[in-house]
Amino acid sequence: MKAQRKVWGETVLSLAGSDDRVLVLDADLATSTQAVQVANELPGSFLELGIAEANMVGVAFGLTTLGYRPWLSTFGVFLTSRSLDQIRMMVSQTNAPVRLSGAYAGLLNGSSGKTHQDLEDLATMRAMPNMTVLAPADEYEIAAMMPWIADHDGPVYLRVARDAVEPVFDADYRFVPGRVYELRPGGDVTLVSTGVQTSRVVQAAGLLAENGIEATVVHVPSLKPIDEDGLVAAIGRSPLVITVEEHSVYGGLGGLVAEIMAGQGGPRVIRHGLADRWSESAPNDFLLDKYGLSPRRVADRVGYLLGDRHGVPEAASA
Amino acid sequence: MTTTQQSGTSLGGGRGDLEPMALEKIARQVRWLIVSTVAASKAGHIGGPLSATDMLVALYFHELDIDPAQPRDPERDRFILSKGHCAIGLYSTLALRGYFPVAELATFDHGDSRLQGHPDMKLTPGVDVSTGSLGQGLSAGLGIAIGAKKQDKDFHTWVMLGDGESEEGQVWEAVLSAPRFGVDNLTAIFDVNGLQQYGWPAQERDRFDRSEPLGHVDLESVLTGFGWNVLTINGNDYDQILAAFEQVRAWHGTAGKPTAIVSRTAKGRGISFTEGHFTWHNGVATPEQLEQAHRELFGTDPEGAQR
Ligand SMILES: Cc1ncc(C[n+]2csc(CCOP(=O)(O)OP(=O)(O)O)c2C)c(N)n1
Repeated sequence: MKAQRKVWGETVLSLAGSDDRVLVLDADLATSTQAVQVANELPGSFLELGIAEANMVGVAFGLTTLGYRPWLSTFGVFLTSRSLDQIRMMVSQTNAPVRLSGAYAGLLNGSSGKTHQDLEDLATMRAMPNMTVLAPADEYEIAAMMPWIADHDGPVYLRVARDAVEPVFDADYRFVPGRVYELRPGGDVTLVSTGVQTSRVVQAAGLLAENGIEATVVHVPSLKPIDEDGLVAAIGRSPLVITVEEHSVYGGLGGLVAEIMAGQGGPRVIRHGLADRWSESAPNDFLLDKYGLSPRRVADRVGYLLGDRHGVPEAASA
Repeated sequence: MTTTQQSGTSLGGGRGDLEPMALEKIARQVRWLIVSTVAASKAGHIGGPLSATDMLVALYFHELDIDPAQPRDPERDRFILSKGHCAIGLYSTLALRGYFPVAELATFDHGDSRLQGHPDMKLTPGVDVSTGSLGQGLSAGLGIAIGAKKQDKDFHTWVMLGDGESEEGQVWEAVLSAPRFGVDNLTAIFDVNGLQQYGWPAQERDRFDRSEPLGHVDLESVLTGFGWNVLTINGNDYDQILAAFEQVRAWHGTAGKPTAIVSRTAKGRGISFTEGHFTWHNGVATPEQLEQAHRELFGTDPEGAQR
């Protein structure tokens, strides 16, 4: 099991090693984001911009005008929230090939709490024209996505998790932008997930199976672009669809699925995630449990929605 | 009243080949294009473009190593109008310099136009960087200057900021970081015209005098303290502008640090009813005002003023 950020650092190092256009920009978090691997091995491909994220976005844009393909690394929240306007005008409106790597995105942030958690990134980045939005499930998927990103001509937001999760793919995984992946078939309910939350949803499906509930698990690594037909095909006939994400219930995967299914006259879609609330500083297990994202809590929630009143009524759903 | 001044074509000009008298003459045309275009489009900025006109003209008709026939030439000097609301000043200059027909200014800020209300690098030939949300241009210029150094390219990157704009924190992020990269191929021009859009109500003065966004700041010391070379000039005086350019050229590739030109100007410069009035930050001239502007710029006889 390997943390995505570790793989990010290794992969961006190898990309930089084989392509002069790749530069890695840091805002004083290289040891956290693992950009330090580039700083140590290929200092000529590394730029330290200091604790000045908005400036870093502008500098990255400037570099793209000379043919560079900069990879920005800092905590996702400082890119997607603090520098939203800069991303909007300099990157999205110009379609510049800036690679925004949002490290520590989501809820699990090493006890940093609500200031550092990034629970809106998928919503804001998805609303940006030209932006590709990717949330890989595990170490193998991020490793496969990054060479594709390197070749992509427009801007990309890549959600990078801090901690390792149980992989759902293996080294043979191939990334196809837009594609949705059915990880497990089941007739009772469809769980749709993205990012590293998918690993926990697969485990939740295992818990549900022990109780006789068969859940289809669909993984959506590419929120934009998205193969709408593929998504509809994967979930269209299910009696109930529940989206599960380490993100606000507004505007992320749940929003995406609800938007697509609304045009299909399809099944009911329940969005499960951070339900219009901030969280707090705490260890991962505590946060996952309290905010309804641990395998156990996801399974309980699904059970409740399927009629088991001993389940979790309120949870973090909308 | 006449608007035939707009029918002109490119005035040509190239690096170093136009001197103050000629530049001043072009600047009068630019100023006319600014007020008349904004009047025709019924919206747009006036004061900021007019304060920056002389600098823009000096850059495009004297200093910048550029070729309007090859607006994307990789070796060209770059110019970023960070105070993007002054787009009409840039467009008027670019049109006269030959990037697109002067007549196209009539489409300014209309639908389907290449000339958006704020500069759009994807649409307008000669626009190097999109701007409009204030405070961002210097960062982009820094990225370009860093990239040029890495690629051993010899061009110079210029960024023009407003003094009001410099209230934005990101400006100071860029000012703080630039010297670290030794970018002596980067010049920031601070167009200090003393007025912003609404700004601070001046105490004990005319209640409507909103003046001096950076009036309380010793800008030269601050920039020097941040590690920049600093030149202070009257930015509406061509002798001083061209002298500053000389110095920037001497420092290019040798100084080891970026240069700031503190360009002291007057907002609304060159037309009596706009100069020094914050209310002309934006504004649409009446036909009478247009006629007066024309008279002031080209002499008492509007018809005879079409040079
Ligand atoms: C981030 C941002 N905030 C506000 C504005 C609206 N705005 C446009 S121009 C302006 C005043 C700019 O003043 P200054 O930089 O001094 O420019 P100048 O006087 O040269 O026109 C303001 C507030 C904007 N474009 N961007």
